Amino acid sequence: MARIFRATWPLMALLFLAILFAFGLTRDPSVLPSEMIDRAMPEFELTDLYRPNVVYTQDLLLDDVALINVFGSWCIACEVEHPKLMALSRMGDVKLVGIDWRDTREKGQRWLRKNGDPYDLVIFDEDSRLAIDLGVTGAPESFLVDKEGRIRYKHVGIITDDVWSNILSPIINDLKAEE
Amino acid sequence: MRSVICLCLLLLSSIAFAQTVPSAEEVESRAREVGRSLRCVVCQNQSIEESDAALAKDMRVLVRERISVGATDAEIIEFMRLRYGDYVLLKPPLQKNTYLLWFLPALTIFGMGIWLIFAARRQKPNIETPRQLTEAEQAVLKRVMDDNT
Repeated sequence: MARIFRATWPLMALLFLAILFAFGLTRDPSVLPSEMIDRAMPEFELTDLYRPNVVYTQDLLLDDVALINVFGSWCIACEVEHPKLMALSRMGDVKLVGIDWRDTREKGQRWLRKNGDPYDLVIFDEDSRLAIDLGVTGAPESFLVDKEGRIRYKHVGIITDDVWSNILSPIINDLKAEE
Repeated sequence: MRSVICLCLLLLSSIAFAQTVPSAEEVESRAREVGRSLRCVVCQNQSIEESDAALAKDMRVLVRERISVGATDAEIIEFMRLRYGDYVLLKPPLQKNTYLLWFLPALTIFGMGIWLIFAARRQKPNIETPRQLTEAEQAVLKRVMDDNT
């Protein structure tokens, strides 16, 4: 027994490290597990990006399944994602709510004029109030909210065609089917 | 009489006020303390006090705001933990999924100690007791010694 151990321990050590790395190195450390799943949308009181006198609260998200998309004019990846959101807006399957995060009204509006505005409405979150309450770590980040205003899914990163058709779209259909 | 009561109430209210609303310096020092224990979720090996990230700045503002309206340090840390999970804590809490993390170093040292004891015991003593001389050899030895005298 001892002899077998002596002969094979380097191999064993290698195997152990291989397993460790297989888990450790394939996970993306910037994607945090979401704490928000199945929680009610946090309370907020923020204004519309275009109309500073229009105030939105969490009640805005009742009655309909919505896709909330966190973006900003400073966010490069958002520009990559944007055409997909424009396409979704044309399809009209789901209510699209934008959160313009850490931006100025002027820059946010200009960005949407340039790239097109796919959102049914845009919430202006200048100093991360709502973003922190949602546990946002970067943009773009998207949340699916059910009819009762609970967060049901969080996607970190760009909504690609794959992500849409394999993950988000099926969940939206399920959420719509819920009473 | 009434003015005395009023004065007393006024004094009392100021005490109560002082207890719930900390001074600017206290807010700052407590905010630094709390901020150092919270991880910046953008640049993950810095605390929100050290980080230059915009989100960390907003978090610092939020921490100060909460402290100045009377939240305790523990409440603020819980507030962040509720939103970002255990991940946001730079010092991992002692709980089921962190037992390994907390106890592995001690266990390793303990295990190595045990192993060392067993290994030391198993090892054969390398000092051999000298062989006894045979009778013939003793006779020779005796003769040599006797001759010398």
